[in-house]
Amino acid sequence: MRSRLALLVFASALSVGWADTGSQARRQLRAVKALFVSFFEWFGELGLFCGRLARAAAAPPFEGRELIRQMDEVGSKSLPLVVLAGAAIGVVLALQTRDSLTRFGGKTMLPAVIVFSLVKETGPIITGLVFSGRVGAGIGAELGSMKVTEQIDAMEASAVNPYRFLAATRVLACVSMLPLLTLAADFSGIMWGWIASTLAEPISLQLFLKIGLKGVNFHDFLLPTFKTAVFGLIIGVIACFEGMRSQGGTEGVGRSATSSVVLSSLFIILADVLLVRLILVFYP
Amino acid sequence: MEPSCHEPPVVVKGLRKSFGSQNVLDGIDLTVASGETVAVLGRSGTGKSVLLKLLIGLQRADGGSIRILGQEIQDLETTQLDAVRKRVGFLFQQAALYDSLTLEENVSFPLSRHTELSGAERRDRARELLANVGLRRDLGKLPSQISGGMQKRVGLARALALEPDIVLFDEPTAGLDPITAAEIEKLILQLKEKLAMTAIVVTHDVRGAKSYSDRMIMVRGGRVLIQGAFSELQKSQDEFVVQFLREANR
Repeated sequence: MRSRLALLVFASALSVGWADTGSQARRQLRAVKALFVSFFEWFGELGLFCGRLARAAAAPPFEGRELIRQMDEVGSKSLPLVVLAGAAIGVVLALQTRDSLTRFGGKTMLPAVIVFSLVKETGPIITGLVFSGRVGAGIGAELGSMKVTEQIDAMEASAVNPYRFLAATRVLACVSMLPLLTLAADFSGIMWGWIASTLAEPISLQLFLKIGLKGVNFHDFLLPTFKTAVFGLIIGVIACFEGMRSQGGTEGVGRSATSSVVLSSLFIILADVLLVRLILVFYP
Repeated sequence: MEPSCHEPPVVVKGLRKSFGSQNVLDGIDLTVASGETVAVLGRSGTGKSVLLKLLIGLQRADGGSIRILGQEIQDLETTQLDAVRKRVGFLFQQAALYDSLTLEENVSFPLSRHTELSGAERRDRARELLANVGLRRDLGKLPSQISGGMQKRVGLARALALEPDIVLFDEPTAGLDPITAAEIEKLILQLKEKLAMTAIVVTHDVRGAKSYSDRMIMVRGGRVLIQGAFSELQKSQDEFVVQFLREANR
């Protein structure tokens, strides 16, 4: 009798355990399904947003004044940060690479390494990421705040297309200003690379540039710089998209700002891989 | 297309809107005659604000018809819809002023977009509109530097900038002290008397609505429960209407 009872208790515990495991698995499956659906929803909404944005940007009236204001906002005001980031990279490259090159007997190549590294990859990607942090977060938070306080609705209600006035101007400003900021970061990096190098072992600027720019051709400079226009497009579109779909008050604004930076940084890195591969295909 | 001379400026039939499984509007019928002021009453979350947003095309309805100034707005392209929107003013619940623009710039914004006025003319017009709502000073201040009541007044001035045929008010007195609320109600009354504007006012404030509205509509369960003058609502034996009016009069 006692053994039967023990068996019954064991069987019930097992069945409850199975039921628990089953319901837990179903919950997990539902969660995965929801995640999967929201992933595709996000891309679908992004596609619709891009369609509306393209239509709004292509049709008159064009928002020239607002575009110039935004170029100042995202361009001129990002200049100090970008120049500082370029300078830091230049100094770090000079300090780190000098040690490695000395070990392998290639110290004379230091200017070329700094220039090539900055112009071809480090300058564009660092500028893109720094710009994404400053401008992406700013646009995401600004538009998010406008969305939750109904300012975007008010604009639409007064017959002004927010896609044209708010989004297209910001995206175009990002696309046009990021290559220029990259030039500034490259220049700053090279100059500070020279300063760091000359402090360790004096070298004239003329000689530094002569060695540094010796092997650099037009494609080495032009394509990586213009690839940042794509980074600008990514930052502008994602930040505007995240801002304009913001919901849920202050918390929603915070989420929009964060996701603008995180997603645009992620997509910049992915785009960089693709663009570098493309550049190497066409200009090996 | 202009409305026919007999067609009221706002005609809504069988309007439906749901968010997920929640039916917010379930067949609303509403007609507002030219120059009439209609107050829409009801509990929070019954879709009153949604109704206003549907009227101006800020949200899309799931079904039914919305004719504004003779045009079925659900069928309109963006440019045609914008043409209708220029003739409709909207005062948002939280005023929704552009927080990076000064009060004067907020009011001039629609003028700069849709009129050929020069900068000086726009400034004069904005100042005149702000003076009409009792704001002659602080024109250079930002919205964050003024009170909620003042923000509502600036919002009203902006809504009237393009001299609309219809004005939609979303909770114009919500969150305001009784004196400021009375000032806003007075402004709505003045608009009605001086400009004979068609207006729809979404509100909880029965006492205020009584002073400026020609007709009241009470919404419940996504439908119009009762409509008529305040005296007609008072005669209603409906439990909800009786309770709503009793609580409002406390």
